Amino acid sequence: MSTVHELIDLAASHFGVDGSGLAPDDDLFASLGIDSVKALELMTELELEWDIEIPDYELREVKTFADLAAVCDRRR
Amino acid sequence: MNAPATDACVDVTTRDGVVEVALSTEPCNEIGEPMLDALEGVFHSLDLDETRAVILYSTVRRGFSAGADLRALYEGLLNVDESEQGERIEAFIHRIHALFDLIDQLPVTTIAAVHGVCFGGGFELALTADIIVAERTARFAFPELRLGLIPGFGGIPRLERDVGGAVVRDLLLTGRSYNAAKAVSVGLASQQVGRGEGLEVARAIARQATRFEPTVQAQGKAFCKTLPTERLDAEKTQFLEMIQRPIVREALRRFVEDDGPMPWLPGDA
Repeated sequence: MSTVHELIDLAASHFGVDGSGLAPDDDLFASLGIDSVKALELMTELELEWDIEIPDYELREVKTFADLAAVCDRRR
Repeated sequence: MNAPATDACVDVTTRDGVVEVALSTEPCNEIGEPMLDALEGVFHSLDLDETRAVILYSTVRRGFSAGADLRALYEGLLNVDESEQGERIEAFIHRIHALFDLIDQLPVTTIAAVHGVCFGGGFELALTADIIVAERTARFAFPELRLGLIPGFGGIPRLERDVGGAVVRDLLLTGRSYNAAKAVSVGLASQQVGRGEGLEVARAIARQATRFEPTVQAQGKAFCKTLPTERLDAEKTQFLEMIQRPIVREALRRFVEDDGPMPWLPGDA
């Protein structure tokens, strides 16, 4: 499974939303309904799941699941 | 167990000589005058003959503490006459340092159980504790550079005391946050524990600490933990100089008006 789809599944499961309706180019903050604290939670879950580090500043340009997956792929 | 004493900002419970100080102010235990008043009330009235350990934790969902109350600081800068601002900020900083030094040097074991956001002044408060327990959700950061400041509550000298210079520079110069696993790996936190388990693990640490004879416990702590006084004084001087600069007010305005999902990240230069 590609990183973006793994990410969508993980995020949907963590936040209790239906992942089947989420697409790589969706705005991840809006589609997950998350605030800044939950954004940090998501970062933590991805870091722990994949044993990577995601420096916060790399998320400045992140809008979609695909954007976040690209950040994670650089470290997997 | 003593009945909890409740202030607007903190709840205090004492059980078997362990004082549990719960930060309990929404949205995220911001540290302004009310929180400072509450914490001074707690720590200035500790019965050191009866207290064997202190646990600091938060009952607020978002985390341990998001740090200084930046909205209150910004409103203060807007509403207080410029001729008085410097004096008021300096008085606040001296009070914070006096309190944090007091907590830092208590002759009993202190434990901070951290979950969620532990940023800026909140991180600095956690660093006053002897031992940090980090829950899975914990994230530690010094985002102050985005405000045109360095941390002003003693955080960098305390961090320097605990971890290597490269870690200090990484945290301060990028403003990034560390998760619990990273915090443990660099020696900033003692243990990573599951979500919601921080307080119970802190209680277990406190029970262990209280097995030692009190004078021996106090002497052991005094031997291994000294106050970095020169660096703390240097930080106060640097911070008080930086906070007078116009870019700080502008950065505070941007922070207060930011409705993005990650307001702790710096805006475009």
